[in-house]
Amino acid sequence: MSDALKFFSETIRAASQSRPLRLRGGGTKDFYGQSFEGEVLDTRACAGVTAYEPTELVVTANCGTGLAELEAALHANRQMLAFEPPYFGAGATVGGMLAAGLSGPRRAAAGAVRDFVLGVTIMDARARVLRFGGTVMKNVAGYDVSRLVAGSMGTLGLILDASLKVLPLPVAETTLRFEMPEDKAIEALNRWAGRPLPISASAWTGSELALRLSGAAAAVRAACEKLGGGRVGDGEARAYWSGVREHTDPFFRGDIPLWRLSVPSNAPPLALPGAQLIEWGGALRWLATSADARVLREAARRAGGHATLFRGGDKSAGVFQPLEPALAKIHAKLKASFDPEAIFNRGRMYTEF
Amino acid sequence: MNMPITGTAFLKRAQVIGRLRLALPEACVLFDAEDMRPYECDGLSAYRELPGVVALPENEEQVRHALRACFELGVPVVARGAGTGLSGGALPMANGVLLSLSKMKRILAVDPVARVARVQPGVRNLAITEAAAPYGLYYAPDPSSQIACSIGGNVAENAGGVHCLKYGLTVHNVLRVRGVTIEGEVVEFGSEALDAPGYDLLALVTGSEGMLAVTTEITVKLVPAPEAARVILAAFDDVERSGTAVAAMIAAGIIPAGLEMMDRAATRAVEEYVHAGYDLNAAALLLCESDGTPEEVEEEIARMTEVLRGAGAYDFRVSQNEAERLKFWSGRKAAFAAMGRISPDYYCMDGTIPRKRLAEMLRFIAALEAKYGLRCPNVFHAGDGNLHPLILFDANDPDELRRTEAFAAEVLEKCIEVGGTITGEHGVGIEKINQMCVQFSPDELEQFRAVKRAFDPKELLNPGKNIPTLHRCAEFGKMHVRGADLPFPGLERF
Repeated sequence: MSDALKFFSETIRAASQSRPLRLRGGGTKDFYGQSFEGEVLDTRACAGVTAYEPTELVVTANCGTGLAELEAALHANRQMLAFEPPYFGAGATVGGMLAAGLSGPRRAAAGAVRDFVLGVTIMDARARVLRFGGTVMKNVAGYDVSRLVAGSMGTLGLILDASLKVLPLPVAETTLRFEMPEDKAIEALNRWAGRPLPISASAWTGSELALRLSGAAAAVRAACEKLGGGRVGDGEARAYWSGVREHTDPFFRGDIPLWRLSVPSNAPPLALPGAQLIEWGGALRWLATSADARVLREAARRAGGHATLFRGGDKSAGVFQPLEPALAKIHAKLKASFDPEAIFNRGRMYTEF
Repeated sequence: MNMPITGTAFLKRAQVIGRLRLALPEACVLFDAEDMRPYECDGLSAYRELPGVVALPENEEQVRHALRACFELGVPVVARGAGTGLSGGALPMANGVLLSLSKMKRILAVDPVARVARVQPGVRNLAITEAAAPYGLYYAPDPSSQIACSIGGNVAENAGGVHCLKYGLTVHNVLRVRGVTIEGEVVEFGSEALDAPGYDLLALVTGSEGMLAVTTEITVKLVPAPEAARVILAAFDDVERSGTAVAAMIAAGIIPAGLEMMDRAATRAVEEYVHAGYDLNAAALLLCESDGTPEEVEEEIARMTEVLRGAGAYDFRVSQNEAERLKFWSGRKAAFAAMGRISPDYYCMDGTIPRKRLAEMLRFIAALEAKYGLRCPNVFHAGDGNLHPLILFDANDPDELRRTEAFAAEVLEKCIEVGGTITGEHGVGIEKINQMCVQFSPDELEQFRAVKRAFDPKELLNPGKNIPTLHRCAEFGKMHVRGADLPFPGLERF
């Protein structure tokens, strides 16, 4: 254990403005983000679940821990990471999951990665070990740096470990399928979300809407009766949601650039060219399209959201939506406060830092 | 007491008043001591200070001008909501501006389809739920002060409530915060989508105690009101057993909508006040709530009852109707007010600990009661591990006040020792600033200040709260001793 930390701290001390580092776990999300620079620092040197107490609803794992290993430990106790993080490959690690900040199908119902982060330990650019947050459910001491680290693409520091809130697995789960066009699907998803129904995931594509219900057996049964639709077999449903989560579903195959448009759930159909898959009760619109970045960004902005070039395509227009000047200034200063010489994952989020 | 302001400070104050009066209507700038008296403290009334000036902006444009003026003149600004905070986060500064957002209290929009409400910072927490109720929706976080506290203050403190375990804190229920930096720039953190590009500044700003920006508009999430809710009132003859029951509930895969505990002293104090029919002989009472569809609640109440029985509860009562449910809750909700009846003053603490250390913590507090000769009933958000021990004292007795502070400091440091935190939901403010030196290392505190400077280069927004200077920690004499608990003991420290 201490060997790994010595290795990290020596590597970080040897890095500099002219010798930056690229923080990397299993490399399953190499496709995601703006660009790479620097020598790889393999975070898998520091692995393992260090504390897990099911009755505290908290697990702590080192950065290089396999996500599969972590989830297996939770499932053995009938618990889960409620935000269903995508792996995008067998080698996914806890550190990479947190740095990428991506959440899966349950996000609209349960929350995102950041909602389940209770604490992190990072090594900063001066190789100092800093710990923020903790292992308890409620903690407002100091600024919430641990949630800030979620989705920061490794640009603020090397994540050493993370403490996450976990939840019990639902007792019952059923998937329903409906035939409906896009506008009706968006309308129905928003209407249902305003009622106390145990909806845990949704996906619309083509002309078909899939809806997953999870919770107490009685609640799922009652919701099925209220909603109608066709029931999908359990095996088929599991495979389907895994395909949506992991992007192995046929929709996500192919070489067309994949865009991720995050918009208010009730935004009307965006009427953009390309094939579309809608998740998160209408709030996440995946588009496989060769349309111009400016067109997509403008459509997302008008709808009240933003667009990310998620996979493939020409990254020169910027993978992430450019920031407003006042926010860009705060970002640059925050980055400099953690990593003044920009040695960590330079350019991975925005080319400016 | 405030010293008279003289010399250069006097000139500066005149300048500030002049600049504020250019930007705000005359009635919105207060500088007479009598007018400013209501702003001299927040809910932590042991700390008082008359501000230099009070500004009451009516809109974002006025906030912008006021902040810009303070930035240019180098004058500190303390933002204030309803003033119900319990950690002195809105304690004014004699040489600063107290910026009250209480005039900005409009609900701008309730969108029942998108399930969001757009509100100004001065809107009361409960007013949002009232506005959403006709659509079958509500705003989930419900701090005990929800009738009075403002949503802007909730964002500043990342306020909680009794339903956090299932429904989350403020940070989980806010989508977007629009605010103004000390330089007078308008910024938006988060968005009305589920995420925003770049760093999660929304999370950073939530709970930042008004030290990064001043909030001018908030979009909150609304969630469907449950169709049914019932609560079990369970009695235990032993505190240890009630702690075990909490763990057993979680182990059984149940996340109650509320899970609250009161010890015997707290129960006796509140029973006298609300007459809820509590069992006065119980060592601990647990309130365990289930909500959802009627079918779901029935199923869950049966499972909860089984768990509580297995954990050794000797008596249960399940609420049979809404009136009874509210009656069971009445004592817990009135706990603070009840303390005010049996003691001239009380001091409320707010540590969070791992649930499994609860019994140990209660024994520790009982020992301190004997050591300091003070009573300390306990109410507890058991589901979240968030403790509210209430030390009863008389502020007119200087020695009691001194003993109370020493008592509280020992409890907070014990929270850190058992792996918890000094504040779960009330904030650090001025009250717990010394204990920050124990919970965080000098490097961590330095990083917090660097984060602040990224937003507020001159450190003018609410300075002196939340994050202590290293100098202050040195004076306090307690530099961070986490000892064997250091996360990476093998690593060299610098």
